[in-house]
Amino acid sequence: MKIVVCVKQVPDTAEVKLDREKNTLIRDGVPSIINPYDRHAIEAALSIKEQAGGGTVTAISMGPPQAEAALREAIELGVDEGVLLTDRAFAGSDTLATSRALAAMISTISPDVIFCGKQAIDGDTAQVGPEVAEFLGIPHVAYVRKIVAVSAAAIRVERLMDDGYDVVETSLPVLFTAVKELNTPRLPSLRGKMAAKKAVIKKMTAADLAIPEGELGLSGSPTQVNRVFTPEARGGRKTLSGSLDEQVSALASELLAMR
Amino acid sequence: MDYQLTEEQVMIRDLARQIARERVVPVRAEMDENGIFPWDIVKVLAESDLMGLHIPQEYGGMASGALAHMLAIEELSKACLGVSTTYAANALGTFPLLFFGSEDAKQKYLPDIAAGKRLVAFALTEANAGSDASGIQTTAKLDGNEYVLNGTKQWITNGGEAEIYTVIAMTDKSRGARGASAFVVEKGTPGFTFGKKEDKMGIRCSATRELVFENCRIPKDNLLGREGMGFLVAMKTLDHSRCGVGSQGLGVAAGALDEAVKFARERVQFGHPIIGFQAIQHMLADMATAVEAARALVYSVARTMESGVKDFSKVSAMAKVFATDVGMRVTTDAVQILGGSGYMKEYPVEKMMRDAKILQIFEGTNQILRNVIGQELNKEAARGGN
Repeated sequence: MKIVVCVKQVPDTAEVKLDREKNTLIRDGVPSIINPYDRHAIEAALSIKEQAGGGTVTAISMGPPQAEAALREAIELGVDEGVLLTDRAFAGSDTLATSRALAAMISTISPDVIFCGKQAIDGDTAQVGPEVAEFLGIPHVAYVRKIVAVSAAAIRVERLMDDGYDVVETSLPVLFTAVKELNTPRLPSLRGKMAAKKAVIKKMTAADLAIPEGELGLSGSPTQVNRVFTPEARGGRKTLSGSLDEQVSALASELLAMR
Repeated sequence: MDYQLTEEQVMIRDLARQIARERVVPVRAEMDENGIFPWDIVKVLAESDLMGLHIPQEYGGMASGALAHMLAIEELSKACLGVSTTYAANALGTFPLLFFGSEDAKQKYLPDIAAGKRLVAFALTEANAGSDASGIQTTAKLDGNEYVLNGTKQWITNGGEAEIYTVIAMTDKSRGARGASAFVVEKGTPGFTFGKKEDKMGIRCSATRELVFENCRIPKDNLLGREGMGFLVAMKTLDHSRCGVGSQGLGVAAGALDEAVKFARERVQFGHPIIGFQAIQHMLADMATAVEAARALVYSVARTMESGVKDFSKVSAMAKVFATDVGMRVTTDAVQILGGSGYMKEYPVEKMMRDAKILQIFEGTNQILRNVIGQELNKEAARGGN
């Protein structure tokens, strides 16, 4: 089975601070990490390969040259190879332009399964995975929390919902996005670290993809950010005390008063 | 300090550190409280290729050398000595096989050990044979194509959990220490059973059990080396492992120092963080200096072992004695700096202090090892100095 896993290098948001005047993230000096949801995607890809007893897992990323580090980290974990899509022409891409480029790149690999994290912790859109599937014209299942059964013809998964889960069976090729409930990402191995050190990360540029110039980067990105703001904190909260009966009647009268 | 570690050594250290922080620290208190054997962590160490650092590549190991092994032990020890004891005792149990095993025995056991599929334990100590290892009463009698083992081994680390045991037993009691021999015994062999898991002061997640042999028959080929070499096997094994115990002392001391510095920066008394007070600074300065001195000695001894010199009994004893005394002192001082908090189980230093004590006792008490060092000094002087 041929598996592709999409990886994004993001600033470690646990370390990011906000510039209160400009309302932007202060990225200087903030360590870059693999998007945490992508770690679950990598784990899923590796465990499917291990269960199948063969195949390849290719990690791909779009980003600046330093995003290569994220791909090496994926190789440390056991991914077979890394491919980086890097070109100034991609600068300013929104999720649509990013998905278009990633889809064009993935179509050169023609995998059976594609895994993405459900969203990146910097943009938090959760759009790229499904958009890539749309560009490729293949089915996708987002928010996968469990892989139930895998065969060469079909994969059955559980999709996390607000009120439970759906069981979805899909044909291949297919794209999945992973939630953290899916698995516990493994730690690197020593052999993986040694392999990552020596690995050659393949680079691709805009010229390698047949995408019209107007659909690349900023010019291919219809999204515009009007304003960035910190939402107002929602109203206060109240803690009821006393016996259960007292709390119930206090709550009832509060609710009645609000009507 | 720059110890000029190689790229591979840095990788191993960082990997062990990551495992310690992400997988050991979150569960160490619970494993300690309930005496849970760290199988989950052994599995992670196996998947990360760290179980085979001390094993040659032709048997599936990483052949990373003594210093790399010390680095892994140190990092695990910063987080939990129970875990690092499980890990280091596995190497201890492997050494007799590595140094004295036949090619067949190596092929049979080492790949599984390197892959972390089976754990190993080394069994020397008995009720009447502690510091005086010549007091061994377990016997092995040749009967046809089999040896028949009888006797009881005490306080065996990884006992019951390990599947492979390297056991020292007497093949000829009349010859004293020269009548001891070393054997491999597999778990599940009829006549080989275990006592209960001991309830210990520290390293509580590590398993310590009695091994009981009652007419336990093992193939003749399970003899390691030749009859009568048991004592030599034990001594060579312990010479190799002692530096690792030193690394445990170094690690637990470094871990306790980190906790003490962190606490001293946060704890405010008289309007100031207590790290600003000279009494605390001096304690921390002595602790940090001792840790660095222990590290320098342990790493140097590991490099000496790697250099291929034949006899390093004295220096490996020094690394063990010095670094484990540092471990005890620094963990005790860390509890003192944390004060009442340090005495409480919500903070990790009381466990570190309880754990550290065993390092001055096992694999040769620090008193016996001072004898070893002293005797070596005497021998060196008799040979005309060094």
